[in-house]
Amino acid sequence: MTSLKVNGETYQVAATPDMPLLWVLRDHLKLTGTKFGCGEGLCGACTVLIDGAAERSCSITLAEVGERQVTTIEGIPANHPVKQAWLAEEVSQCGYCQPGQVVAAVALLKQNRLPSDEQINQAMSGNLCRCGTYQRIRKAIHAASSKMAKGGIIHE
Amino acid sequence: MSDQQVSRRDFLKSSATLTGALVLACYVPGLAPCCSAAEAGFAPNAFVRLSADGSVTVIVGKSEMGQGTFTALAMLVAEELDCDWDRVRVEAAPVAPAYNHTTFGLQVTGGSSSVWSEWQRLSEAGAAARQMLVLAAAQAWQVQPEQCRTERGSVLGPAGRRSSYQDLVERAARLPVPTKVRLKDPRDYRLVGRPTHRLDSPAKVAGSAVFGIDVHTPGMLVAVLMRPPVFGATLKDFQDSKALQVPGVRRVVAVPAGIAVLADGFWPAKLGRERLQATWDLGPGGALSTPRMREEYAGRAATPGTVAAKRGTAGAALARAEKVLRAEYEVPYLAHAPMEPLNCFVDLKADHCHIRTGSQFQTVDRDAAAKAAGLRPEQVTLETTFLGGGFGRRANPASDFVVEAVQVAKAAGQPVKVIWTREDDLKGGYYRPMWYDRISAGISGGRLTSWQHTIVGQSIIAGTSFEAALVKDGIDDTSVEGAADLPYAVDHLLVDLHTMKNPVPTLWWRSVGHSHTAFVVESFLDEVAAALGKDPLICRRELLKNKPRHLGVLNAAARLADWGSPLPAGHGRGIAVHASFKSYVAQVAEVSLDPAGALRVHRVFCAVDCGSVVNPDTIRAQMESGIVFGLSAALYGAITLKDGRVEQTNFDSYPVVRLDAMPKVEVEIVKSTEKPGGIGETAVPPIAPAVANALCALTGARVRALPLTPERIAAARPGRTT
Repeated sequence: MTSLKVNGETYQVAATPDMPLLWVLRDHLKLTGTKFGCGEGLCGACTVLIDGAAERSCSITLAEVGERQVTTIEGIPANHPVKQAWLAEEVSQCGYCQPGQVVAAVALLKQNRLPSDEQINQAMSGNLCRCGTYQRIRKAIHAASSKMAKGGIIHE
Repeated sequence: MSDQQVSRRDFLKSSATLTGALVLACYVPGLAPCCSAAEAGFAPNAFVRLSADGSVTVIVGKSEMGQGTFTALAMLVAEELDCDWDRVRVEAAPVAPAYNHTTFGLQVTGGSSSVWSEWQRLSEAGAAARQMLVLAAAQAWQVQPEQCRTERGSVLGPAGRRSSYQDLVERAARLPVPTKVRLKDPRDYRLVGRPTHRLDSPAKVAGSAVFGIDVHTPGMLVAVLMRPPVFGATLKDFQDSKALQVPGVRRVVAVPAGIAVLADGFWPAKLGRERLQATWDLGPGGALSTPRMREEYAGRAATPGTVAAKRGTAGAALARAEKVLRAEYEVPYLAHAPMEPLNCFVDLKADHCHIRTGSQFQTVDRDAAAKAAGLRPEQVTLETTFLGGGFGRRANPASDFVVEAVQVAKAAGQPVKVIWTREDDLKGGYYRPMWYDRISAGISGGRLTSWQHTIVGQSIIAGTSFEAALVKDGIDDTSVEGAADLPYAVDHLLVDLHTMKNPVPTLWWRSVGHSHTAFVVESFLDEVAAALGKDPLICRRELLKNKPRHLGVLNAAARLADWGSPLPAGHGRGIAVHASFKSYVAQVAEVSLDPAGALRVHRVFCAVDCGSVVNPDTIRAQMESGIVFGLSAALYGAITLKDGRVEQTNFDSYPVVRLDAMPKVEVEIVKSTEKPGGIGETAVPPIAPAVANALCALTGARVRALPLTPERIAAARPGRTT
């Protein structure tokens, strides 16, 4: 048994320490919001927060996560400005990559409250979307950013 | 669908108050009725169910793969039903004849056809329910139905009478279903035609939307397959002892599709697969190489093929033309690469098989599963989950990912979920065919007089169960669509086809034949314009004089882009127009070259005429979507074979557009009262030629092969010898 902290809870999981976090989340904890897209850290569908920073859960093992806090899409509150902006801007199409996109955007705005287009490109270009929702992703990030700036809200 | 929902339909089937085959068609065997009439609600047909709690469920037979069909189709029902949109939810339909495509005759989502094929049927379904609710209220109030009207989920009667739909559900359920309904005048629409938020967005943003890959049942095993290394190879022998040593691996089974490693989860199954040792008889597929195929295709392109379209005498007209242009174009195999890798859950019992997957092709997959399981089709149920992208890959006449999962479940004797890796997806075949085109134009007296186009490539349809219906006189229409129906005015036209055979599996890829023909036709039209000394927009306008809808989008896109206005230094612009799936799209692309010689697409102006509109925001989204999808193919996409092996493995060797390459897209929807056309695929075809034409306008380099790589661009620049 290995202990794992996810979305504020501590779990004991019967997974080998070399198992990628992605499969611990999906197959052991049934947190299926985190998606498998490439298995090589190339597409970002499996993005989660580890101690607040965006990480590819397919490319980090259970052992490497250790005692750090994991936040998945399910752990980001429904009223988070990023989730709200995603709905307002009608970003999702097939929706498969969107949990990873939302999590990556949350990490970006945590680190940079007012990102430029260039900074959004840099932070978000590791998250692929085959439906081509990029224009709306960019718009939603700007919208969430200005809402957070206005409201002075600091979301974890 | 939950068991409870199935039970409701089951109850409805046996309800004496409900008539008609549509409800009967929803009957799911093996589940007993369990609920009262009030719980069951009111389901006048297979498409809508009102519950006593006030919710309105629209049962949609189309697969939601991002194109917004759940929302658009629900809007059609809700519009005629006059219900409260906030109470509308959507449920994926089971496989049943009631949900067969109104034109294609089987349950399928494809051909950008959902809105045009369902508009009438779903409008009538909503109107029938509304009419019954009105009658129920009129009877309760002892007034004439004509004295009542409806508004946002309520019936309003004389003297201020008002009753909500939910209070009328029980009474309405006892009324006969009307055979004739009156539909609204489109001028009275309150929902259809207005930008409407998607019903599936909240679950998708929350991370709770269930895709096939998310399906889980207790006792289920996850399987990862080792498939043949080259197309058509057969298994000789394998060793599984090392695989079985991986903790969590339960068993290894050989099935016709390959060798399946079954484990407690994906990770041990994948580790187990890595430890399998297998030897294969490669067969002729082991010799395949794309350069050699290309050579063969090019050779065939120089010979006459089977005639697909003919007007006048193109050959003779070319021979006497003052000026003749000849060019050869080519496009590679492409993978669909939906973000959700293929997967399929199968629970196979002695007399029943339950499948849960993201399918675009329910009838075909159900029947193929039955055959593989040794059951009758009615013993197979298929639950359609959300699809993490489809683009055609999840509508395979061969049902490859479903059939192999049934094979694995059969061999394993317990429920399984097969998951493909990205490598499996890119190497697994069913590609957009590779094409080679030879095209000529004759010019005399300052005008285009003849056009001759020879197309060489594999048929998607040949060899499938659709061949008899869809291949006519040796012509697979999907091989020549967009070329044989050339919209440009030319007296002499000849389009012919060589259908090639080889072991690479091919499949429709978003926009099918148009993804290839639009690139060739619209690029070459710019070559013709240049030869005539005309601006590409003006040349198109002249040749499309009698094509008002082409002209409409062409002019709208040009206006949007301010065609002819000065551009920043180092920028070029190109235009293309293409009709597909009953819609018309024109795009203007603005490009530059970066210091490394790679294309940057800065802006795309897109005008679309898709006839009558349901959800304008979805149309905009699908234009953005098609542009990005087509741009990935235009800039990067190629599947190549060496010694029979696919050379691409993952998104590093099969790159797609990322956010930093995303152009600014502006969309204009041209107002139209024509019949609705398609949306999901129609923005894909024009983008590659618009970009290629912009590149040529900027540099003089006419690149006639996709993708438009820096190497090809450099080689095509004027002054270079190749």
